[in-house]
Amino acid sequence: MMPVVFEKTRGLTDKQTHYCPGCTHGIIHRLVGEVLEEMDVLDNTIGVAPVGCAALAYDYFNCDMNLAAHGRAPAVATGIKRVLPDRTVFAYQGDGDLASIGTAEIVHAAHRGEKITVIFVNNAIYGMTGGQMAPTTLIGQRTTTSPYGRDLSHTGNPIRVSEMLATIDGAAFVERVSVHNPQHVRKAKTAIRNAFVTQQKGLGFSIVEVLSTCPTNWGMTPIDSLTWLKANMIPYYPLGNLRRPEEANHE
Amino acid sequence: MSDHKIICAGFGGQGVMSMGRLLAYTGMLQGLEVSWLPSYGPEMRGGTANCHVIVSETPIGSPIISRDASAVIALNLPSMIKFENELVPGGQLVTNSSLITANPKRTDIEVIPIAANEEAASLGSAKSANMIMLGSYLAVSSLFSVDDVAGALQKVFGPKKADLLPPNRAALARGCEVAQSVVVR
Amino acid sequence: MEKVLMKGNEAIGAAAIRGGCAYFFGYPITPQNEIPEYMSRELPKVGGVFLQAESEVAAINMVYGAAGAGARVMTSSSSPGISLKQEGISYIAGAELPCVIVNMMRGGPGLGGIQPGQADYFQATRGGGNGDYRHIVYAPASIQETVDIMMEAFDTADLYRVPVLVLGDGMIGQMMEPVEFREPRKRSLPSKEWTTTGTGGSRSPNIISSLRLDPVQLEELNKRLHAKYAEIEKNETRWESYKTEDAEIVFVSYGTSSRIARNALEILRADGVKAGLIRPVTLWPFPFVAFDELGTSVRALMSVEMSMGQMVDDVRIASNGRWPVGLHGRTGGMVPVQHDVVEAARTFLREVK
Repeated sequence: MMPVVFEKTRGLTDKQTHYCPGCTHGIIHRLVGEVLEEMDVLDNTIGVAPVGCAALAYDYFNCDMNLAAHGRAPAVATGIKRVLPDRTVFAYQGDGDLASIGTAEIVHAAHRGEKITVIFVNNAIYGMTGGQMAPTTLIGQRTTTSPYGRDLSHTGNPIRVSEMLATIDGAAFVERVSVHNPQHVRKAKTAIRNAFVTQQKGLGFSIVEVLSTCPTNWGMTPIDSLTWLKANMIPYYPLGNLRRPEEANHE
Repeated sequence: MSDHKIICAGFGGQGVMSMGRLLAYTGMLQGLEVSWLPSYGPEMRGGTANCHVIVSETPIGSPIISRDASAVIALNLPSMIKFENELVPGGQLVTNSSLITANPKRTDIEVIPIAANEEAASLGSAKSANMIMLGSYLAVSSLFSVDDVAGALQKVFGPKKADLLPPNRAALARGCEVAQSVVVR
Repeated sequence: MEKVLMKGNEAIGAAAIRGGCAYFFGYPITPQNEIPEYMSRELPKVGGVFLQAESEVAAINMVYGAAGAGARVMTSSSSPGISLKQEGISYIAGAELPCVIVNMMRGGPGLGGIQPGQADYFQATRGGGNGDYRHIVYAPASIQETVDIMMEAFDTADLYRVPVLVLGDGMIGQMMEPVEFREPRKRSLPSKEWTTTGTGGSRSPNIISSLRLDPVQLEELNKRLHAKYAEIEKNETRWESYKTEDAEIVFVSYGTSSRIARNALEILRADGVKAGLIRPVTLWPFPFVAFDELGTSVRALMSVEMSMGQMVDDVRIASNGRWPVGLHGRTGGMVPVQHDVVEAARTFLREVK
């Protein structure tokens, strides 16, 4: 018999995802599913999906799921966690959802030290609605609502969510990772695990910002997208841990 | 018993709200229908904090007193000016003459001037002017006895604040006494 | 049980807790602040949770989360804050979650004022959020009725899996009346098998969502919702008809303004004009059937409300051309005066002669 070297995590359902070819949402879903399975908390987890590309995440994660209104996932997760403090509760949000319409909810969930974990997928664009400018869109980046490139004098600088949240004491764990190559995928998984450990130990709010690609709306091949992420996003959105509690398990 | 519709009014801090609430509470303990409707918002901080109190033997319709007040208890001048017109002909206007020296415009009402501040001071508790006024109203309306209201107060204060009862009761009784002498005069 | 003298807002809190409410999410706004204040003081004593949210928007979405987790949960606000909650209410209706929402109305539009109003009737009964949904709207007229409704509201919400709105106004919130806490009728409630509390490894995942990208499925959802709404119309419509048997003019009025209409009715009757009152207790479902019970003595209907005329539209629908429909409305925080209502009724009766 052949040895098993890889199998799909029980953390995900068998449903085929709707994500575009080359989109990194699938990788990030897998990492979250694997961590929940490995920590043996999957059956006691409630997830909250956002509005945006990941809205249908409720069909992909193999645990109880809620779909929140646009930007409100941290508030919905708060409601769940306050009723069920011994369960694992996470929100999965994109950059339009979290960094634009949902800034109040994410800042205050962090501020309260809400014991939830947020997976924040930053691909510098609105994907689901067709490639409009996001608050995270880079200066000069062309989108369907910044056709001449994002203009600093007109729309300001891209928002650095992790740095902002890291100024908040209630945010116990804040880390930015990327999934543009296997080495970084492994680092991303470690960060996601540490975020859930932070929640499990009741240490406060935890968030992992994952730099992600959108080949469709960036107008690039999947490989070019990964290269573009590395060349353009990482210099503006530096990777690394910004806050980590002493007690959290960091490998 | 016909309905008693009482407007209590004064500066914020003069205790008009608690005075009205005490009337309503006493009524409830007597098994009567009652309502207490406060003014609210910024006006509370200025001239005329007020509340409408209705005591009735039958279910109460509108809790608002509108040109059908049987009594107005006015602790300051703006209150008298604002509310004297709400009185029915023959209605009772109990005024705090310590602060209100002007006369009301109405001539078809009964005016009972009470020097509530001085009376309260003479009892050694300046803050109890509202209880002086309430005692006076009890005397002229015969709505409740001082004992009825003191009984309600005892429930409000409970055992923890039992020491507050005697001075309040004294102020009620003093107000009642003063009003009787005013009316006789 | 002994009667207690309570302010409307506090009575709401007390009745909610007796009705099983254990979670409250809200944001301060006048004139309903005594509700969150009461809940912040009392809920921790019974093992519940009060949380002041960063906004009304966040609060209603916390309600969404808590309701999905199976809790008995409520929020309260006043008009402008209720506007902010409309998005969440639409999602709650779409996801079929039970909860209770209290609106202590004030004058509008916009920031408006803080004195009592009834100008949120359209928003409450037509749905301020998007989509084809309904929710129950109770409009109590006394503190006792407010308490009775609040104690039952969580059962009703659970029974139908719908949001329930209790619509008061600044006056109901601020005034005090004696109340008695009476056990509501027992209803047999379905078990909450749909909640998201973790699968425990013993069932497939539950999903709470109002999203149906497939139009066929979305129409199916709407049809199911409307079948449920028809049940609610059949079972939950409430009103009070008062002295309508021989009435020539029937006031239609709810909440605070119905109490003024009742006074006007007595003044008119004392003067030989036979007035009656239909007081809707549920604004949705609206008690259309009450009008079918009116006799041949009726010559006119008159809506008395604290708005420029909102409920009057439903009164016209109820009348369906049978009677002329008048309106006496005050708004902006102004409360109708009984003598003005009397005068309006007399004038209208002369006009329709």
